[in-house]
Amino acid sequence: MMSSMRGVTKRIQSIKFALLSPDEIRRMSATKIITADTYDDDGFPIDMGLMDSHLGVIEPGLRCKTCGGKVDDCPGHFGHIDLAMPVIHVGYVKDIKKLLQATCRKCGRLLLTRQQAQEYMAEMEQVEELGGDVTEVGYVTKETAREAQKRQRCPHCGEEQGKVTLDKPTTFREDGHKLTPKEVRERLERIPNEDLRVLGMNPEVARPEWMVLTALLVPPVTVRPSITLESGDRSEDDLTHKLVDVLRINQRLRENRDAGAPQLIVEDLWELLQYHVTTYFDNQTSGIPPARHRSGRPLKTLVQRLKGKEGRFRSNLSGKRVNFSARTVISPDPILSINEVGVPVEAARELTVPVHVQAYNSEIVKQWVKRGPAPLGPLGEYAPGVNYVIRPDGRRIRVTDKNAEVVAEAVEIGYTVERQLVDGDIVLFNRQPSLHRMSMMAHEVRVMPHKTFRFNLAVCPPYNADFDGDEMNLHVLQSEEARAEARVLMRVQEHILSPRFGGPVIGGIHDHITGSFLLTYKESKFTREEVTFILSKIDIRDLPPPDIKKGGKEFWSGKALFSAILPKDLSMTFKSSIAPKGDIGLKELKEEDSLVVIKDGVVLSGTIDENGVGAFKGKILDKLARDYGPDAARVFIDKGTKMAIGAIMIRGFTTGIDDEDIPEEAKKQIADSLRTAIEKVEGLVESYKRGELEQMPGRSLEETLEVEAMKILGRARDLAGQIAGKHLGIENSAVIMARSGARGSMLNLSQMAGSIGQQAVRGERLSRGYWNRTLPHFKKGDLGAEAKGFVKSSYKSGLHPTEYFFHAMGGREGLVDTAVRTSRSGYMQRRLINALEDLKVKEDGTVRNTADTIIQFKFGEDGVDPSRSVQGRAVDIDDILQEVLGEEPSWKERLREQEMASYGLTEKDMYVEISEEEVEVEEEEPPSEE
Amino acid sequence: MARATTIQALRNRGISKKTATILADAGFTLEKLAASKVDRLTKFLPKKEAEKVLKKLGAAPPAETKPAPKKEKAKPAARGRKPTAKAEAEPETPLTIPVKAPPLTAGEQEIMDGLKEVGRWLPRYVVGELAKKIHGLKLSKKRLHEVLTKICEKFDLHAIDANESAGIVSAQSIGEPGTQMTMRTFHYAGVAEMNVTLGLPRLIEIVDARRVPSTPIMELFVKSGHTDLEKMRKIATEIEMTSLEDIASIETDLVNMRVLAYPDDHRMRSRGVTWPEIEEKMKKFGEVQEVKRQVGNVEKRARALVVEAGEPSFKKLQRLVEQVRTMKIKGIDGISRAIIKKRGEGYVIYTEGSNLSKILELPYVDASRTTTNSVQEIYEVLGIEAARNAIVNEAYNTLQEQGLTVDIRHIMLVSDMMTNDGDVKAIGRHGISGRKSSVLARAAFEITAHHLLRAAITGEVDYLDGVAENVIVGQPVTLGTGAVNLIYQPPAGLPKPSAIPKPKPVPVPPVPVPVPAPLPAPLPAPEAEPAEPEEPIQEVVP
Repeated sequence: MMSSMRGVTKRIQSIKFALLSPDEIRRMSATKIITADTYDDDGFPIDMGLMDSHLGVIEPGLRCKTCGGKVDDCPGHFGHIDLAMPVIHVGYVKDIKKLLQATCRKCGRLLLTRQQAQEYMAEMEQVEELGGDVTEVGYVTKETAREAQKRQRCPHCGEEQGKVTLDKPTTFREDGHKLTPKEVRERLERIPNEDLRVLGMNPEVARPEWMVLTALLVPPVTVRPSITLESGDRSEDDLTHKLVDVLRINQRLRENRDAGAPQLIVEDLWELLQYHVTTYFDNQTSGIPPARHRSGRPLKTLVQRLKGKEGRFRSNLSGKRVNFSARTVISPDPILSINEVGVPVEAARELTVPVHVQAYNSEIVKQWVKRGPAPLGPLGEYAPGVNYVIRPDGRRIRVTDKNAEVVAEAVEIGYTVERQLVDGDIVLFNRQPSLHRMSMMAHEVRVMPHKTFRFNLAVCPPYNADFDGDEMNLHVLQSEEARAEARVLMRVQEHILSPRFGGPVIGGIHDHITGSFLLTYKESKFTREEVTFILSKIDIRDLPPPDIKKGGKEFWSGKALFSAILPKDLSMTFKSSIAPKGDIGLKELKEEDSLVVIKDGVVLSGTIDENGVGAFKGKILDKLARDYGPDAARVFIDKGTKMAIGAIMIRGFTTGIDDEDIPEEAKKQIADSLRTAIEKVEGLVESYKRGELEQMPGRSLEETLEVEAMKILGRARDLAGQIAGKHLGIENSAVIMARSGARGSMLNLSQMAGSIGQQAVRGERLSRGYWNRTLPHFKKGDLGAEAKGFVKSSYKSGLHPTEYFFHAMGGREGLVDTAVRTSRSGYMQRRLINALEDLKVKEDGTVRNTADTIIQFKFGEDGVDPSRSVQGRAVDIDDILQEVLGEEPSWKERLREQEMASYGLTEKDMYVEISEEEVEVEEEEPPSEE
Repeated sequence: MARATTIQALRNRGISKKTATILADAGFTLEKLAASKVDRLTKFLPKKEAEKVLKKLGAAPPAETKPAPKKEKAKPAARGRKPTAKAEAEPETPLTIPVKAPPLTAGEQEIMDGLKEVGRWLPRYVVGELAKKIHGLKLSKKRLHEVLTKICEKFDLHAIDANESAGIVSAQSIGEPGTQMTMRTFHYAGVAEMNVTLGLPRLIEIVDARRVPSTPIMELFVKSGHTDLEKMRKIATEIEMTSLEDIASIETDLVNMRVLAYPDDHRMRSRGVTWPEIEEKMKKFGEVQEVKRQVGNVEKRARALVVEAGEPSFKKLQRLVEQVRTMKIKGIDGISRAIIKKRGEGYVIYTEGSNLSKILELPYVDASRTTTNSVQEIYEVLGIEAARNAIVNEAYNTLQEQGLTVDIRHIMLVSDMMTNDGDVKAIGRHGISGRKSSVLARAAFEITAHHLLRAAITGEVDYLDGVAENVIVGQPVTLGTGAVNLIYQPPAGLPKPSAIPKPKPVPVPPVPVPVPAPLPAPLPAPEAEPAEPEEPIQEVVP
């Protein structure tokens, strides 16, 4: 009963693990299995065969002979096989060996004095008491066993002990004589309970002799269903095949033994039985060939079913398949808000939300049902229908156009109706690999025509999505509790600030940044038509007053337009991304219009670019999300991106290869500088050959040469880039993108316009290929720049054939690197998650694991949530000081001082660069070429 | 250091220092000792002494010192060294907790006092930052209190929520940028001569808690004279391990069955080795002689170190060559190269290879700043807290170097998890994951069958406290919203759900209704009496 199930929560308190005894196996067995045959000629299961109907049912229509249930009601029941001779359980071979070695061959007692045993016992108990984990207790028992093995004579009965060895995988020998499983079992039986505890076994749940099997549990048929092929043939499960083998050999062994066959034959059969039972448990036991299917494919037996990524644990228990989900290609839609997702009509018709019929909604729900499964609105637009009606007894009724009216009439309180998606429904949206929690966020549905999921481009960074064919998943929440949680905790705007570094992960990308740049850079101004066009994209009805008048015409500055979407009390100062690098003065900053000053919601100066609104770096975003709340930040991103797109549409923006055009003269300059660099390298090579090269400490002569050459060529590339850069101004589209942080870098540009530079594999100049040379175009042993992978050409001018090969070599390394990296970092993350998943912050502020051990007294030493921190710092002191001391004269004085100095900004705020202040001492001036 | 605690506790009970050290080194804690029998102690002590110990322990009040929380592995005996800021010196006199934090400055003191007055608390680094910022501003007490209250308010607002799954967030925050890191081993920034593992391989190495990093490196500071390049050069050559091979060309003389080493004057000078030194070191093996040496076609006389093989066995000769070649002349084991670098005013020495304990023994080394990138070595020499900080620093710098910002709190959590029980454990099946209390969680991670089989014979019980276990059995996890329960108790006197009269039908617009807004959350579901289902209406889909 669905309705009565609701609200009842059962919780499993604990799960106990134990070893099955032969008695227990027989007790829980529904039937004994004796025949290896499965079905009779009519296709019915044979009694006491492997498919006996006491073991459960897999065919619809049949009933289970044990519980009487039908296919879905009967969970299946175990059976058993009585083994003619005992057989060792492969999983416990090592434990059996340990027990045999540590106990007396005659009396079965532990080979330690009573006192020693007690001491070890006490030690073990103490370790346990002090919270020792499995591994630590294991150390003690291992030590105990090792100590016991050393003894040659039993301290209890005085028996001389033999040396027990293990012949992998399952044969035991004592002083070279073979111990049959039967003998092994007899020995294990003799070990008294109290001696087992010291050895780490719990005799209450696991007597050692149970590790030698006399009865084999047969899993229910539901665990190993046979499949009927379309030809009508039956194909049995791997486990069934294996059990058939066991049964056959078991039968032959019994017959032979009972008939008094020669010992040799019985032993052979016994070993064969051992083999089959071993492979039944684990078909990858080392030392024996895996049992194979007729086709030669190794069988998938018990251990293989559980193990590994595709095994039961990781594939079916830790992760589960779900209903109410959809997957399709994604595409961008800048009109949607960042917390929306466009869902195709086809998907919306299949995905449903359960609505419980109550007094307050019964009428409207009936109307929904009446409309059938595919209703349309008055304009032929999508309207939600109902796919299923679920009665209180759990029966599902499919709603069709034909039966809609009848079903609707029957709906009453207590029913559940599965309503199709509606605009505003909350759903989870996800892109794999789900590396962080922002990979799965809650969006609001917008049902739309066409067949892709659509979302705002500002949400690409957290999902790491692009639109080159990426697909994403969508899940519809099925309970009110889940929806509430998703709404409060998982919505996109709640994740603007990343817990990784306390900055925004959602924000403008590519054209948003270029657009903002075009909108706000220097004295950009817009006419009335243009302004209305831009503002029409966002919800601003009244034109702000024009702030520029020129030639009798009214203009609006881009900064004023951008200010329209800022909160009225926002004040902040920061450097733009276009700011020239290095330590520069206020004057230069202002000249480049790269010092953003916002006062009371008005952009007074500066260019809004990546450092303003970009994902990861946007300072305005950061501030808004923190101080004005997620919703304000969401609205800002929505409007800001739309406005940027408006601006870029008006100004027009394109880039092409002619953006990298540089004057002939510059080309010559570049060619000259490259030539001198190559000559320098040649000089180096010469002096190396003459043996005049100064050796670096700890480096061989060859290495020194390589290092020096790399250095010179690296500098040459940079120089070429600089020369090219001089001729590419800020009006250049490619430069705008690189400087504003929209896409690309100045390095990319200099490689296009100047020179690509040295290609490297493993951080070294290219050297492999042919004997003593990279390509047959060069002389053997040529160590010059060109012969070892220096690419003089630029991407624009095109590469020479040799250069093309070198470039491909360098490029290949990058590809290999990515491929290797994903798997390696994926595994590292899996391990990290596994190690830390149980940690949580308790009410007292401590971080503890499930054993209640304190890991940290305060999370991160100060108890601050990184996603709420201000770039890692607990509080923004400057902000508070400004707020409290705003009017204090001494504070104002201080601010003025700071303004004079550097605006409290560090280089780190702008870009990360490896500092090279650590000038090395040993460096010599590279020998000049004479 | 639990060992030190144990020693101190034993000494407090009147046991001699020698005995106490032996016992502590054997892994005894006070509690274990008290529970032990005499003959267990006799393994380590003479019987008489053992009896004395037990008697004294029985007599002594079982007060103050807490026993070590975990089984304490015997740590390698502390090496003689100068006490450092990080290193906890073996206490000779009553145990004192070394003060690590620098004393409060005047400004900080003022803020601390202010905090006390407003009855709040702030972490030291916030206090420090604030002190720096308000230094020079003459603030009235009232203003200061205002500022402090405001800061405390914000601080509390930024606090992490209870039941937050801090572990998962931290793991994701470190794992996610892993995909953006490089794989290559880079040359050290600015220095061409040294290879350092960086990027993803280094990060993996850190969380794996490898014994030896793939590129061990030390950063060596001196106490004084760090601006003197000559002096630094001398130190560098002194610590660099020099084997005979490095300064000499070694030849085998098959005719006379001997090994000849011709030391090269130039190389000797650059390594700072003198002839008497070689002679001294090689005394056991051979002696310096004047021999004839064939160079090309010319025969020259040269000074050489001659090592006679003794018996005529080529195998032995071969082995002898190897022995001679690797013979250490001078320097510190493991330090294969030392390089001087300018750092600000003065110089520091970077070494390839690492041997912290030996380096710290050198009198001129500033032990409070000298460090290595081998976490394991720091643990062995300086203890677990130092190791914890080393992990934090190494991981943070590795990420930083790649231009990836990760909040240091996440790294601290990982580091604290790795060092939680006084021993550096790896992230992975041999470390933390393999020691989880839950069988299911372990089985779900790696080596599934092994864990299940083992659980059966030890009769383990899984109490389903963790995340993985609950996911497996299909229950809500114990983190976040799953850690709390909300129970609605309707106020007394509310009519029973069944007594509520059916409301009048709500007027509904004709069939094509405007798209309904998402439904408001239904009231706490009243157990409506399930209407007895009628005959199945139509086709029933299973």
